[in-house]
Amino acid sequence: MYETTEKRPEETRVVVGMSGGVDSSVAAYLLKQQGYQVIGIFMKNWDDTDENGVCTATEDYDDVIRVCNQLDIPYYAVNFEKEYWDKVFTYFLEEYKAGRTPNPDVMCNKEIKFKAFLDHAMSLGADYVATGHYANVRRSEKGVELLRGKDDNKDQTYFLNALSQEQLQHVMFPIGDIEKPRVREIAKEAELATASKKDSTGICFIGERNFKEFLSQYLPAQKGEMQTLDGEVKRHHDGLMYYTLGQRQGLGIGGPGEPWFVVDKDLERNVLYVGQGYHHPALYSEGLVADNVNWINEEPAEGEEFRCTAKFRYRQKDEPVTIVKTGEGSRVKVVFDEPQRAITPGQAVVFYNEEVCLGGGVIDEVIKKD
Amino acid sequence: MKHIYLDHAATSPVHPEVFEAMKPYYETKFGNPSSIHHFGREARRGLDEAREYIAKSIGASFEEIIFTSGGTEADNLAIIGYSMAHKDRGRHLITTKVEHHGVLHAFEYLEKQGFEVTYTDVDENGSVSPEAIERELREDTILVSCMFGNNEVGTIQPVKEIGRVLSEHKAVFHTDAVQAFGIEEIDVNEIQADFLACSAHKVNGPKGIGFLYAKSGLIFNPLLYGGEQERKRRAGTENVAAAAGFKKAVEIALGERQDRRRIYEGYRKIILETLTQEEIPYEINGDTENYLPHILNLSFPGINVESLLMNLDLEGVAVSSGSACTAGSIDPSHVLTAMCEDESRSHSAIRFSFGYGLSEEDVKTAALKTAQVVKRLMK
Repeated sequence: MYETTEKRPEETRVVVGMSGGVDSSVAAYLLKQQGYQVIGIFMKNWDDTDENGVCTATEDYDDVIRVCNQLDIPYYAVNFEKEYWDKVFTYFLEEYKAGRTPNPDVMCNKEIKFKAFLDHAMSLGADYVATGHYANVRRSEKGVELLRGKDDNKDQTYFLNALSQEQLQHVMFPIGDIEKPRVREIAKEAELATASKKDSTGICFIGERNFKEFLSQYLPAQKGEMQTLDGEVKRHHDGLMYYTLGQRQGLGIGGPGEPWFVVDKDLERNVLYVGQGYHHPALYSEGLVADNVNWINEEPAEGEEFRCTAKFRYRQKDEPVTIVKTGEGSRVKVVFDEPQRAITPGQAVVFYNEEVCLGGGVIDEVIKKD
Repeated sequence: MKHIYLDHAATSPVHPEVFEAMKPYYETKFGNPSSIHHFGREARRGLDEAREYIAKSIGASFEEIIFTSGGTEADNLAIIGYSMAHKDRGRHLITTKVEHHGVLHAFEYLEKQGFEVTYTDVDENGSVSPEAIERELREDTILVSCMFGNNEVGTIQPVKEIGRVLSEHKAVFHTDAVQAFGIEEIDVNEIQADFLACSAHKVNGPKGIGFLYAKSGLIFNPLLYGGEQERKRRAGTENVAAAAGFKKAVEIALGERQDRRRIYEGYRKIILETLTQEEIPYEINGDTENYLPHILNLSFPGINVESLLMNLDLEGVAVSSGSACTAGSIDPSHVLTAMCEDESRSHSAIRFSFGYGLSEEDVKTAALKTAQVVKRLMK
């Protein structure tokens, strides 16, 4: 795809994806300190202009401009609204329509930040793109390995599991070996304009808004019954897409005993199954089948079985698993050592060998005890 | 790396003589023109001399010039100030689809105030037809606004013909001459304009000053209320130093106008010939007969304008796309959109604009670098 060469920092052009937040600001600052030719680029992927004409992107870009001027580096803005809509948002809606809980950030990294943006950076003569992700890369004879960020609490390899060798070859994560509190400190010491800016939360295009309200603008909701596994109708649900497995909030079932949780969905009959207790047995599974699995370094042979650890959600601790390459395309079977609660189709399952992220896929089926 | 500035239509460097002309008004003649003492009188003299000179330069008289903070304020003052003052005489206004935002957004504001606005189409060269404006005129039309020369593609509008059409109608005629001022010969009597707006920073004057020509006897509301400056038409202490600089800039522009036009025609030719020699496919946007010679707008088919602009900047060549994009918004230029339906053409357009301080060598270098970048991006 693109050539990489060993060059001195002064001869190496790095395009930093800058969001206007503290992490990417510090990433750009550190690269500049190390002597790289740094260019800051703000990506606009979503038009969130409200009825008053206010758009948070404008404010974020203003912050990018302030930081870039402090660092004395050129800055630009690029627009990937169309790419984002086609590759990420459409996927996001399709998954919800299919009754699953997608992870748009994984797709955004794969298709936008490390594809459309990477291509754009390369057209500017960049050697690398850098981002403020908490992750690391190690270049070895095996190719490029993706390693966990030093800050265990912040590690973002979960969202980066779908990146290929070609993509990782051109990536730098300047803050991957720093812990978040230190990143803030560096920003404060360097007096960067974004040093005290609040971290963004939630899915980028929804922001702080009400999720249900947001989704209802794009997908028709079909009300249905909320039943126990024995078929007792408890209430009505507002549309299956608004609920995720293991969810407690928003069910509105009162009464005696333990709180109620979403334990299953039946898309065909449009029924939401609920059960009492955080540890309701119906929430537990023995394994899963993942699809669209990406292996960052070596791909296991067909029929191969091996041990590693896995994460089924962001910020969850690793669980020991056995992976079986089933031989059906990019699908694998993942068998848990211990039963796992609320494994959710649509979410990413990501594999690790110690510090190395091996890759990951999308949870397609959940295997329950018969 | 040497940076070559080819964005003089966005703003231009202050001419050294303009800077010199402004200095006394910051150092010794710093008075407030409304003061009754020596310092006030000195400042007032400078302000009056500037007003007198600028008025003459467009065939107007002294009291017909109102200094403003720039072109946008001048446009707003004419359009909003006149329409609001005469809303009882009619609620219909006419403008074109290719105006500067300083005009368009003023009309959008008036729409919210209950006015009806007709936005006239342009042809594929960006020209407005006087007949089209005539057709749109109604009993209740009170104001028509059409720019003199377009800031994005350089097309010169038939303002004299429009002025003639309007001379037989009660509607007043406003023209935004910001981009044409200093390049084209402008005489308000010939155009039969009632309002005409100009700005200093496009013609090597300072930023922060412009003027509105308002024909004697026209009544309009001010935008700012306060002191009695500018005959109560624009309150606020006058920017005397900037007015003195503006005067000097106009003097220089008028003196060099013919030479500059010839030089810009030469630059235009250098760019087009270089691109042709380098076998770069391009299309010229705008009228190729009636155009402002300092503006050259080109589309490079299949090229992403964002990449092109950034690459040129990194190579030291400063140009712009149709309209300034903020925070990555890619609203294609409203001017190019009005001119052609082909969206890819407006998404691949950049504007070169010429002015003081450029050399043929600079232009040649910039053209070669453009060719180089376009070739690289075509791959």
